[in-house]
Amino acid sequence: MPKAPTQVMKLTVDGRELAAQAGKTVLEVCRENGIRIPTLCDDPRLEPYGGCRLCLVQIEGMRGFPTSCTTLAADGMIVTTDSDEIVDLRRSVVELLLSDHELRCLSCDSAGACALQDIAYEFGIEESPYAGERHRVWDGIEDNELIERDYTKCISCGRCVRICHEVQGCDVYGYTDRGFEAIPNTPYASSLFAAGCEFCGQCVSTCPVGALTDMPSRYRGRIWETSVVESTCGYCGVGCTIGYRVKEGRIIGAQAPLERGVNKGNLCAKGRFGWSFTHHPDRLQTPLIRRDGELVPATWDEAVSLVAERLGSIRDEHGSDAIGGLASAKCTNEENYLFQKLLRAAIGTHNIDHCARL
Amino acid sequence: MTNSIEDLGLADVILVMGSNTTEAHPIIGIEMKKAARRGTRLVVVDPRRIRLVDHAHDWLRIQPGTNVALINAMMRVIIEEGLADEDFIAERTEGFEEMREHVLATDIEWASETTGIPAEEIREVARAYATAERAAIVYCMGVTQHTSGTGQVRAVANLAMLTGQIGRPGTGVNPLRGQNNVQGACDLACLPNCLPGYQSVIDQGTLDRACDYWETDIKLSDTPGLTLVEMMDAACRGELKAMYVMGENPVIADPDQAHVRKALDSLEFLVVQDIFLSETAAYADVVLPAASFLEKEGTFTNTDRRVQRVRKVVDAPGQALSDLEILTRVAEALGQSWDYDGPGDVMTEMGALTPQYGGITFARLENEGSLQWPCPDEDHPGTPILHTDGFTRGKGAFAPIEYVPPTDPTDDALPFVMTTGRNLWNFHTNTMTGRTDGLSDLSPSGYVEVGPEDAERMDIREGDMLEISSRRDTVRAPARISSDIKPGVIFMPFHFADAAANLLTTGEHLDPLSKIPGLKATAVGVKKAR
Repeated sequence: MPKAPTQVMKLTVDGRELAAQAGKTVLEVCRENGIRIPTLCDDPRLEPYGGCRLCLVQIEGMRGFPTSCTTLAADGMIVTTDSDEIVDLRRSVVELLLSDHELRCLSCDSAGACALQDIAYEFGIEESPYAGERHRVWDGIEDNELIERDYTKCISCGRCVRICHEVQGCDVYGYTDRGFEAIPNTPYASSLFAAGCEFCGQCVSTCPVGALTDMPSRYRGRIWETSVVESTCGYCGVGCTIGYRVKEGRIIGAQAPLERGVNKGNLCAKGRFGWSFTHHPDRLQTPLIRRDGELVPATWDEAVSLVAERLGSIRDEHGSDAIGGLASAKCTNEENYLFQKLLRAAIGTHNIDHCARL
Repeated sequence: MTNSIEDLGLADVILVMGSNTTEAHPIIGIEMKKAARRGTRLVVVDPRRIRLVDHAHDWLRIQPGTNVALINAMMRVIIEEGLADEDFIAERTEGFEEMREHVLATDIEWASETTGIPAEEIREVARAYATAERAAIVYCMGVTQHTSGTGQVRAVANLAMLTGQIGRPGTGVNPLRGQNNVQGACDLACLPNCLPGYQSVIDQGTLDRACDYWETDIKLSDTPGLTLVEMMDAACRGELKAMYVMGENPVIADPDQAHVRKALDSLEFLVVQDIFLSETAAYADVVLPAASFLEKEGTFTNTDRRVQRVRKVVDAPGQALSDLEILTRVAEALGQSWDYDGPGDVMTEMGALTPQYGGITFARLENEGSLQWPCPDEDHPGTPILHTDGFTRGKGAFAPIEYVPPTDPTDDALPFVMTTGRNLWNFHTNTMTGRTDGLSDLSPSGYVEVGPEDAERMDIREGDMLEISSRRDTVRAPARISSDIKPGVIFMPFHFADAAANLLTTGEHLDPLSKIPGLKATAVGVKKAR
């Protein structure tokens, strides 16, 4: 399949001449070149939306202030991203959003990872000048322990509605009410479970504020107290890249990097929420040996010696093929390699299998 | 998979057979749904109205176990209507004539009756697949877990070769691997018939090379060992005396639970190495506590042959050790001198013996993120698409595949076909998801899905307790009538010990080549429990 040659264009942004591939938006070209444009409704997993009006820029020959996320870059374009007018407009947008946003940053799990907080900080906004009636209320009751909704913090960026539709194909959310009261909600404000939610948590992963949060992470650790270790998911065969958030030796949450891995930021319910088993009190913590019919704790030396002695004596008495081993599709490549090496090179049998057939 | 996951977005037609993708492989499900939104024709072949059907152009509501009848009929249509890729067949394949004759003898009306799919739908989908510029087949256990599983896979390969829908972006024969590292466990030879890299144990040269490399005096047999189900049989017969089970739970995962329990009971010695005291560990003489995938370093190989790093996120609890450390201790106690400086060192040894992994090292994975095998040497970039210029054996071999009905036949007393599978919020034998806050509440216990037609006929309502009986055993489970299953078919998830689908299934009949049991078609009777 021959590929069409990629057309390269030239445009000028804030006085800098930039090269860009055809089909990129002004926002994408700016980001690729290290020019920061604030956004709230943008997520690379989603179609451009132009909802939050923070990414607006000026483009010579175009009227008003187009949104850079929905404007395709074009050859010869002259773009300004940072004029006094633009800053004033952006500031007004943030102040209006804050006028209807519950400022409970003290206990909000998104504090430190909140795009609205970051932008307010960037513009030095302490409080909104538009104090008045609050329109966002939420007294919904959830029947799940995974996703918490608090629409008093919602900024109506629509990312949850769009990711559930565009990426997940589930359409759990839509807008209810109109005007000030409009919020992205389930039909008839039902619980997520009743609305057919798959609990992938994709909506949580894209929410730029604290309106949608992971319940298993709640009050477990501030973002700056946690470190992230990136690994590969241990459930199905897709092999998603997951960053596990860790505080004091315990996992408190999981997220996926947008730019890496086969999943590019997406996760399912098991990947995003399926980690707490690792800290479950039922975990085996010591070797066990059966004595008088009961499994009782033993030391590693006792257990390993017993295994070697019994396997060795059964091999000597009945031959290598009287022993068999089941390896695991849950273990690593290196461990599986060593397991078959143990059975073949130390015991001398090909009786090795795992659950590939089941 | 012959192709890569991201390739699915390039396909004009995606034929999904026996894969409940959105529940068992949700992220690949996302790619399919996105492709369908962009105009890809998504064809779902499944006895159940799985969630993917909501996004599909076609839903072929097939009778379980009849995929070969469907594929042979599709191929007849393709050949008769002149839609076969003659150039591909001539240049890249052999054995076409014999298969052609066989396929042309398939009666479309018979196939329609056997599969339960209207003849016109079979024709329509055959044309769409054959005439698409790029068409991909994605399949899962609904194709393989039959006593004719090998034949079904070969039939799928026939279809792809007949139309040249392989070896290019957006095409291919793409099995989805169910577990995170089932691909790697196979690649590294946790199989009875081969050494690492699928090198047959029948080949004396391969055996000698491995034994030399491992510096062992043991003379390995050139006859394959026993598969999992065969090991259980041998244990019951008293021939297999000891088993070492690492991270598996055959009591729940394997067919015919009573038989498995009897096998484990018959053993003189059982070692189980796991993270929880599983149903299988309860039979052990020694239990060794292992680290979970979140507590160790290494690599997994995913369904598109992508080798990726696993990193230690937290410490293992108590005295639990990684499987690598445990195996090293056991090997040393058995007189081996294993002196590995961590998993990276093991990978270097693996690469030397496994041609497909020859160029994969921890250092490269650190820099490049992931590598898809075959990656034979350090300069090789990995292989996103297999069979681009030739097949592994040279020419692709067509094989005439006869339709073989499921081997656990229905009769008057057992008129239903039970099929098994996974659901979204549980994983395999539920040892991990059943102990995960939030997830375990969403789907806490077993159930049986009954189609609306059967429910009405038998006056079954949502939540009614049913008794499901097979030739092995009887299980009680509450009814769910939510999904749209064919009349005469029921579905049970196999995750749950409280309503264990695998008490009902059988391991008595196996595919002659792969030794896979027919888990997707068990004859059962259904009645309301008193």
